Amino acid sequence: MKQAASGLIALLLLCGCSGVQTPLDPAGDQAASIHTMWNVMLVVCSFFYALVIGGLLWAVVRRRREPVPEPQASAHDPGIERTLAVWTGLILAGLTLLISWSFFVDRSLAQTHDDQALHITVTGYQWWWRVEYQDGPVNQWFETANEIHLPAGRTARIKLESGDVIHSFWAPNLAGKMDLIPGRHNVLDITPRRIGVYRSQCAEFCGMQHAHMALPITVESPEAFKVWRAHQLQAAKAPTSQQEAFGKAVFETKACAFCHKIDGADAGGRTAPNLTHLASRPSLAADAIPYSRGALAGWISDPQGMKPGTKMPNVPLTSAESSAVVAYLDSLK
Amino acid sequence: MSLRCPSTGKALLALAAVAALAGGCDRERRDLGASMPEGGPQIQTTDLTPGRGGVLPPDPRGQLYEKSAYHVSEGSRLFRWYNCSGCHANGGGGMGPALIDDEWRYGSSIEQIYGTILEGRPNGMPSFRGKATEQQIWQLAAYVRSLGGETPQASSSRREAMRSTPPRNQVTPPKPKGEGAPAVQGTAR
Repeated sequence: MKQAASGLIALLLLCGCSGVQTPLDPAGDQAASIHTMWNVMLVVCSFFYALVIGGLLWAVVRRRREPVPEPQASAHDPGIERTLAVWTGLILAGLTLLISWSFFVDRSLAQTHDDQALHITVTGYQWWWRVEYQDGPVNQWFETANEIHLPAGRTARIKLESGDVIHSFWAPNLAGKMDLIPGRHNVLDITPRRIGVYRSQCAEFCGMQHAHMALPITVESPEAFKVWRAHQLQAAKAPTSQQEAFGKAVFETKACAFCHKIDGADAGGRTAPNLTHLASRPSLAADAIPYSRGALAGWISDPQGMKPGTKMPNVPLTSAESSAVVAYLDSLK
Repeated sequence: MSLRCPSTGKALLALAAVAALAGGCDRERRDLGASMPEGGPQIQTTDLTPGRGGVLPPDPRGQLYEKSAYHVSEGSRLFRWYNCSGCHANGGGGMGPALIDDEWRYGSSIEQIYGTILEGRPNGMPSFRGKATEQQIWQLAAYVRSLGGETPQASSSRREAMRSTPPRNQVTPPKPKGEGAPAVQGTAR
């Protein structure tokens, strides 16, 4: 009874695997081939497990039923020798299947699938992601942070770099893991097929806020991607109210502009996320907090309280200044 | 309880040794957020005569920042982020004066360096008031002090290649015998 209950619980837990972030629900070619390999491994290992357990059970049952025969003096037992030969053959076949399968999957993952790939550079920092779309002519390039949009059906070549320590990029629904190593660039191909939002995250411990270093990936139709891209290429919206204009002035003259960049404002810092279209992003602080105006206000007034250790300092602002900055940033759709 | 076999005793001893060593992992407590008292020290805004002025009253926060390896390392990061190296290079100096030597036009105490960064100085040093936060300026000042080897040994970075004095845990390479002196004499200057 207890076993049945625990089995049921395990099954229920497995149901939870089909969520936003799981390798068991592939939404791209690379993840699909890894998933197939996972299934092959499961089948092969289950087969051998069943064989071993079956043999064990059989031995136990047989021992109970029959009296033990006297051991033969002869060293030859053709029955045992034949079984051993079959057993060794099975092991060899199983291992060969697994090794060659993983070899071919590895090879297919390393290949370029598409000459028309979308070039993106993702740079990891403690604890956020710089995302640069470097596709087509240079005047079509743009930069964003902590979000990736991909058109379904087109391969994205993601160049992975690091600005400080080793990070790892892992979008389980789309591809395997790849490390971001300072001074090197690694390349990861992703060919998304299914529209949706997939969470990726840093998979290499990189310091205090490692757990809050995620990157939502939005896979959308090529048309929707074109619209998003055209919007990203535009400069930030000019302030429309007096409060927003004051917020922009505060942003430009206080510590904000020292680290952050907003295209269209006098703010060109390169050491922190680009905020040109901040309000159009799904989350704040590398997916630590879902985006809302209130969360933004909280984040600006006490980043160290919301994400202790983050490189964003607590900047002393008066309440009027603070709410004006929030109003301005919240208008940057 | 008596130990039955000697290997159990050895294992326990090793475990105790590891536990004792792990106690040393707590190098320092990291301050996050506004635990440091805010507000700058009394700033020396003088008369444009270098090196002049009475001694400032020491600010207690200077010691707090200077003694903390975390704050010194954050200062190192900010030194790169805020492009201090544009003028001061990695402390060796360029357009701006060198920071790894022991010459200080406006004083070498952390309060004076804080004042220099906050207010700026004639002939090019910009003011960072309102740009960097107070804590960041303290961290930068602590790092600048560490460049000259003036911070306590415990808080100084162990991988900082540009320091004027090598960290104590680094072995100095032995000097080659009988070569150094004649080579210097031979160069025409």
